[in-house]
Amino acid sequence: MTIPQRQKLGRPLMKLIRLREWPILQQLHIEEQLLRTSSENWCIINDGTREPTIVMGVSGKPAELLEIKPVLHDQVPVIKRFTGGGTVIVDGGSIFVTFICNKDAVPDLQPYPRPIMSWSSLIYNEVFHGTGDFHLRENDYVFGNRKFGGNAQSITKGRWIHHTSFLWDYEIRNMAYLKLPSRAPEYRSARDHLEFICRMKDYISRSDFIDRTVRALGTHFSVESEELEAIQSGRSTKFSPLSRLLTAQEIESASCELESPKSLACFSSP
Amino acid sequence: MALRMWASSTANALRLSSKASLSPAFSLHRCFSSVLDGLKYAPSHEWVKHEGPVASVGITDHAQDHLGEVVFVDLPEPGGSVSKGGSFGAVESVKATSDINSPISGEIVEVNTKLTETPGLVNSSPYEDGWMIKVKPSDPSELGSLMGPKEYTKFCEEEDAAH
Repeated sequence: MTIPQRQKLGRPLMKLIRLREWPILQQLHIEEQLLRTSSENWCIINDGTREPTIVMGVSGKPAELLEIKPVLHDQVPVIKRFTGGGTVIVDGGSIFVTFICNKDAVPDLQPYPRPIMSWSSLIYNEVFHGTGDFHLRENDYVFGNRKFGGNAQSITKGRWIHHTSFLWDYEIRNMAYLKLPSRAPEYRSARDHLEFICRMKDYISRSDFIDRTVRALGTHFSVESEELEAIQSGRSTKFSPLSRLLTAQEIESASCELESPKSLACFSSP
Repeated sequence: MALRMWASSTANALRLSSKASLSPAFSLHRCFSSVLDGLKYAPSHEWVKHEGPVASVGITDHAQDHLGEVVFVDLPEPGGSVSKGGSFGAVESVKATSDINSPISGEIVEVNTKLTETPGLVNSSPYEDGWMIKVKPSDPSELGSLMGPKEYTKFCEEEDAAH
């Protein structure tokens, strides 16, 4: 195992990968591989993703979280990711920022969900300093009481990942694919999607946000850029990521069971 | 929340609903996490209870308190194997999945299927109803390298004090 390097100032090294419109499933696969097989600290920034895609957390159930009929009709891809948390629909208006760290990378940080979440908000406090009424509210990033960033994590024995999908912009029609979740933060107060979320573009440009994020990271880590090709060439062929695309049959079965749990039609072959 | 969880787990274990003196089976942690005598503990906050040919495994009160409300538990199927220190499943809480690591090696002979419908048992009863897997140990001597209750209590105190 290689030991992460430290520069003369004592800040731990963090490798930065910058992507543009990288497919979200591939991003998740890279993240999971780096979490499980690397011993370095990483930041991945993916500026948008080409195709509108629904991404559910590890325990997400399509029938409970999605409007199945329009999802199937419009052939919207549905991914189940390896981290916890809720359901998002992402597209070119989304910006993704991911931190993958060894548990000793941040001094005095306990590797549990709430401390990691709090630490992440310190980074973004710096990013959004003087811009909007930013804060962390019940695990979401908000301006005021409107969510613009959704978070999720995975914690292993010696490492953790904290990743965020930011709504720099979004298509109103895409929100119609998502149901109101049964498990929601209290501050949501039963608001529907459009009353609950806001666009980051109303506060900051894409380039400013990304530049400020890299600068904020630089106050905690010694940041070095890395090319994705360098990682892909060294990828282990034995590693099997958990994040995957659900098949239409899986989504249809979920819908069928919701409508009629014991219907024979649920078990007929395609 | 820490106080409620401590009281809940303690009262549940002691089968008490009113005030009573504490059982000597308990060691108390200054941060209100309970630690049971008779169990062994891993530094990654799992416990193991060896009874005859089978050992039960779960996560500690300290772990469940730090993780928050558990909403999903991902466990393997019986018949599989676990390795000491290796991950065998995960819990989801507060938007995070956290690996659960086995303190011992062996064959999984039983899995707590109640956790599928009631994952909150990990919070309310981490040492009893919240057990996760039962293992037939392949090397019982591995238990010797785990921490006892006093050692684990001190370990938790030092870990919390360091942060």
